[in-house]
Amino acid sequence: MQEIRSYNKLTQTTHQTVIEPGNAWLLPEVKSTWHYRELLYFLVWRDIKIRYKQTALGVAWVILQPVASMLIFTIIFGLLLKVPSEGVPYTVFAFSGLLPWYYFSGSLTRASTSLVTSSNLITKVYFPRLTIPLSAILSNLFDFGISFLLLIGLMLIYRLPITASILFLPFFLLLAIITSLGFGLWFSALNVRYRDVNYIMPFIVQMWMYLTPVIYSSTLIPEQFRFLLALNPMTVVVEGFRWSLFGYASTLSPQAKPLIALGIFIMLAVLFTGARYFQKTERTFADII
Amino acid sequence: MPDTAITVTNLSKKYKIGHLQQRHDTLRDALADSIHNLGSQLRKPSTDKNETDVLWALRDVSFEVEHGEVLGVIGRNGAGKSTLLKVLSRITAPTSGRAVINGRVGSLLEVGTGFHPELSGRENIYLNGAILGMKREEIERKFDEIVAFSEIEKFLDTPVKRYSSGMYVRLAFAVAAHLEPEILLVDEVLAVGDAAFQKRCLGKMGDVARSGRTILFVSHNMVAIKNLCEKAIWLDFGKISAFGMSSDVVNNYLQSTTLGATMTERVWNDSSQAPGNDLVRLHKVCVRPDSGPPNGNISMRTPLILEFEYWNLIENSSIDIQYILITEEQTIAFESSSSFQSEWRGTLAPRGLIKSKCYIPGNLLNSGIHRIALRFYQDSKRIYELEDALIFEVFDTTERNGSWYGKFPGSIRPLLIWETEVHSKEIL
Repeated sequence: MQEIRSYNKLTQTTHQTVIEPGNAWLLPEVKSTWHYRELLYFLVWRDIKIRYKQTALGVAWVILQPVASMLIFTIIFGLLLKVPSEGVPYTVFAFSGLLPWYYFSGSLTRASTSLVTSSNLITKVYFPRLTIPLSAILSNLFDFGISFLLLIGLMLIYRLPITASILFLPFFLLLAIITSLGFGLWFSALNVRYRDVNYIMPFIVQMWMYLTPVIYSSTLIPEQFRFLLALNPMTVVVEGFRWSLFGYASTLSPQAKPLIALGIFIMLAVLFTGARYFQKTERTFADII
Repeated sequence: MPDTAITVTNLSKKYKIGHLQQRHDTLRDALADSIHNLGSQLRKPSTDKNETDVLWALRDVSFEVEHGEVLGVIGRNGAGKSTLLKVLSRITAPTSGRAVINGRVGSLLEVGTGFHPELSGRENIYLNGAILGMKREEIERKFDEIVAFSEIEKFLDTPVKRYSSGMYVRLAFAVAAHLEPEILLVDEVLAVGDAAFQKRCLGKMGDVARSGRTILFVSHNMVAIKNLCEKAIWLDFGKISAFGMSSDVVNNYLQSTTLGATMTERVWNDSSQAPGNDLVRLHKVCVRPDSGPPNGNISMRTPLILEFEYWNLIENSSIDIQYILITEEQTIAFESSSSFQSEWRGTLAPRGLIKSKCYIPGNLLNSGIHRIALRFYQDSKRIYELEDALIFEVFDTTERNGSWYGKFPGSIRPLLIWETEVHSKEIL
């Protein structure tokens, strides 16, 4: 009975596809990605499911990398170099920066290789290609979630108060997702044509981390140059995380509002141009991948 | 709903072959190339891109498919069949032209796309289903059917990397077979698995074809095309070579492809150049249908005539020609000789031209390439032999009601008479 009903439903729908050269516009592209949201869900689910399969430590890997970095940075910058950490124990300070940073760098790296590693899908099946880098970035939220719980644990151990400003954290996480997606779209589409991206990525990610106040505080930078930091969208994300966690802010002080606005503007500009470039090149992916 | 399911108008797809070699795989190349191009553009600004670097995988292809029609697409490798499917499936964009598809499209360019070895059979059903465009609710509804068809119930929760290749293919096809779009684009997915499995796949394809869905079906299996499709398109070098009833298109296609690869008639007019020796020389060998044009197609049903003409160079000798028929599998189907004709056996022939004919009845040979090897006997002594004197192909063009479109086993495939009846209802 159900079978018949659904078949009738099928035949009654008038679903027209027009295939022409040239590019679709951005909006229909976003619409069809939404239409394929179930596939997005399955790809995210697959990524999470297989990520740590056949590893001895399994999900422990999610925690190991940020924790190990945190310990090393604590020893070098906190204990030896005594980098100021705005009244927060350096360990927590570093981890609160590493949390959004690792989300961003992991998402960016996965997104930029995502199309190339899915070439078997791209050459055999149609679905909105946007789904592929998007699923890489969303599946990384799983790692983020686990690390976040660890951070809350650290804050409890160090008896740091958790204030109402933590409610803003999802907003800054959203900014991190937008930034990852913007750059991820650029790099993933470029990677289809230029495999140089694979070699450049580790270098970019490493440099970028030092240009972002992840393991140091932006107060180390003289006030008149601090606007330069805001050109880096990740500064807004990292500082935003610290502000919502510890209620302190350097670049995020009230007089810094234009800087935040500038950072968000840059993020959106990268997202828009990235989506445009991606969508302009995606119809040739199957031919050149 | 509009009448046509698929309307294709002047569809073309161009690939740059030159660029395949100097593909901009690295940024450095891209930069170097663009500087080079800029330089050459400055020197001779208006020259077009070299047309020789361009391959038209599809060129001005136009056709229509009605709702509920099953259309076959045939053509040799590289003729543009797969490109056509890829453009219609929206995997790659056309260079020019337009296609309008009315209805929900599903395409199957291979089975098991997106299968992940680490995931279990159950998980892969959901993943693969979603990749092929099925809704979650749809997969859940068909889940039991898919599992039953694939016969892997016991291994449902085992990672597919532990599957045998047969199990893997069965599961992959089971998911694909339950895709139920209004318009289905299929590429040769049937060329997988063992014979028994192919039989089931084709059976399922036949069911789908009869269920009133619109199908575009690319295949090299001419028997399947003729049986499953009413109409067919023959693509050659990206263009439509023929479009019409599938049996006509398939026959035209087969006729064109076998010319060249086969030798159905050979004539030597100069006896000094002809194969042979100072006892015997060949003049002509030929194989042709018993009726119809001499170059007509040879199907399994066609009665054949083999003609041999040779010069006997020894006065008053008893000479016989014998041939063996070798099948595609390199086995000897049979042997025959002019001495089998009792009137000729032992006859002392004069010097001169001798003609022999041998009739092979229809419904005897199996399909495939056949070769004829000749031997000459004089007074029961072999005096000359010639391998590959003739090469010809027998086509399988039978109508089949069952679900099996592969080649029948055996050196020959005679049509035998069977009589079966219910003898009695008693069980003793």
